[in-house]
Amino acid sequence: MAFDSFSAFIAMEGHGPYVWTCYGVFAVLLVGLMIWSSRHHQAVMASCKRRYQQQESSNSARPKQAATFARVEVSQE
Amino acid sequence: MWQFFHKLGSPKWFFGIATRFMPWLLAIGIILLLVGLVWGLAFAPKDYLQGNSYRIIFIHVPTAFLAQSIYIMMASAAIVTLVWRMKLADVFVKAVAPVGLVFTFLSLFTGAVWGKPTWGTWWVWDARLTSMLILLFLYGGAIALDRAINDEKSAARAVAVLVLVGVVNIPIIKYSVEWWNTLHQPATFKLTEKPSMPVEMWVPLLLSVLGLYLLFGWLACMRMKTEIVMREQKTRWVRELVMAGRG
Amino acid sequence: MNADRRPALKPVSESVGPIAAMAAVFARDVRVAFRQRQDLLNPLLFFIMVVTLFPLGVSPEVAFLKQSGAGILWVAALLSVLLSLDHLFRHDFDDGTLEQLVLQPQPLFLLVLAKTAAHWVLTGLPLVLLAPVLGVMVHLDGNSIAILCLTLLIGTPVLSMIGAIGAALTLGLRSAGVLLSLLIIPLYIPVLIFGTGTVAAAAEGAPVGGYLALMGAFLVLAVTLSPFASAAALRISLSNS
Repeated sequence: MAFDSFSAFIAMEGHGPYVWTCYGVFAVLLVGLMIWSSRHHQAVMASCKRRYQQQESSNSARPKQAATFARVEVSQE
Repeated sequence: MWQFFHKLGSPKWFFGIATRFMPWLLAIGIILLLVGLVWGLAFAPKDYLQGNSYRIIFIHVPTAFLAQSIYIMMASAAIVTLVWRMKLADVFVKAVAPVGLVFTFLSLFTGAVWGKPTWGTWWVWDARLTSMLILLFLYGGAIALDRAINDEKSAARAVAVLVLVGVVNIPIIKYSVEWWNTLHQPATFKLTEKPSMPVEMWVPLLLSVLGLYLLFGWLACMRMKTEIVMREQKTRWVRELVMAGRG
Repeated sequence: MNADRRPALKPVSESVGPIAAMAAVFARDVRVAFRQRQDLLNPLLFFIMVVTLFPLGVSPEVAFLKQSGAGILWVAALLSVLLSLDHLFRHDFDDGTLEQLVLQPQPLFLLVLAKTAAHWVLTGLPLVLLAPVLGVMVHLDGNSIAILCLTLLIGTPVLSMIGAIGAALTLGLRSAGVLLSLLIIPLYIPVLIFGTGTVAAAAEGAPVGGYLALMGAFLVLAVTLSPFASAAALRISLSNS
């Protein structure tokens, strides 16, 4: 241990506020970025799932008609 | 070997690999980083010149290293985008740019806060800080350009051109800022990065750097997976994956 | 089909050579710019006004201006070039000429080089010619003014070349002006540092040959590499719109 007591550890001979601010901001930003990326991922997965489910339900509600090549008469005038 | 590159182009393959590796990256990264930081904070001896404020180095150096490495990685991916048009390269650049931005900001912030007890002032126009500030602008520019262009493919290629132009400039910028700094710096201050750093200091530093790299790997995988799902929504494999709740 | 009828299009082998094409693009740009003189005048006025802001905003004292004058002029010139980059490609983009230029058989990077050269002659060169007048206003001595103009002469083409890349990348985007500045200013910083550093060295009496050689190296690098980047960026932007 480089420090005699826990309070000495926190104080760091006067440099405490600087060191702890740095470590604090680092922790907040890094962990924040990781959590945010993770939640964004889950949100994207959830919204995709919802969209697929909507598509499936609208597909099953309306039976898909096979494509036809019926001739459509359009007047040439 | 060529099969590997062929597979690397496939988002689906990458998705599988990333999912498998992520828990390991996270676990080992956290362990290494915590060990390094706790060692550096509590167990490393204090520096005879700077006292205890030097302990900021265990965050400053890893974030600075990564900020620069990420840009180099983005530049390599940019070449792949422009030459081989690989989708994964586009995805990598887009996913990783914000991470690079955050790390650059952190290295600037820690550098500035370190400067206060060391040089007596919050901001110093020293060569390293100024070069990092310019790197911050380069990241910001890449992110801004990506958001400004609506079409995905054009955006990827435009950002690739920009990142490449930036990377060509980085040695020029570094050289010119260092030269400028030697002209204007009142007192040259050497940061404690000399190789004569005692073992008790550079081992925790190394551990922190490695730990942060692994955590960056986890972040990159996570963000790339998200981007892949968004881009490949219409494919069957994504549909099956999402409906099954995997990934 | 009638055999005597000549084909409407000339085959590629008959089109003009690259140098002639570059000359044509250069001449056209200069001619068009002179028909819309406002675009030529704006950067000059901007240059003068920005230089004026510094004595007004900071201090008109001779000592301060002597020390900072070169830097002020350089920053103002940089901003003026940045402002003028907007119309490098935009007018041609809006009326479709740019697409025709991209479709030419001559290599696009040469045509872009010609366009950027024309842009510099119309924008950067007038700034260099105006600099002595402003140099006197900020109380720079004759030697400093001469070196300043020399650095501007070498440096403003570099600014135009690098700026062309940014202009090509942001073509057709909303808020292109602000985005352009954001992208290009980091790349301008080395040129600014060495431009002003040269004048500072000259003021102290140190030899400036080395600095000028370095700036010359920037110029050569910019002229040889940036047209490729600009051409690639143009193709990307055009495929995007």
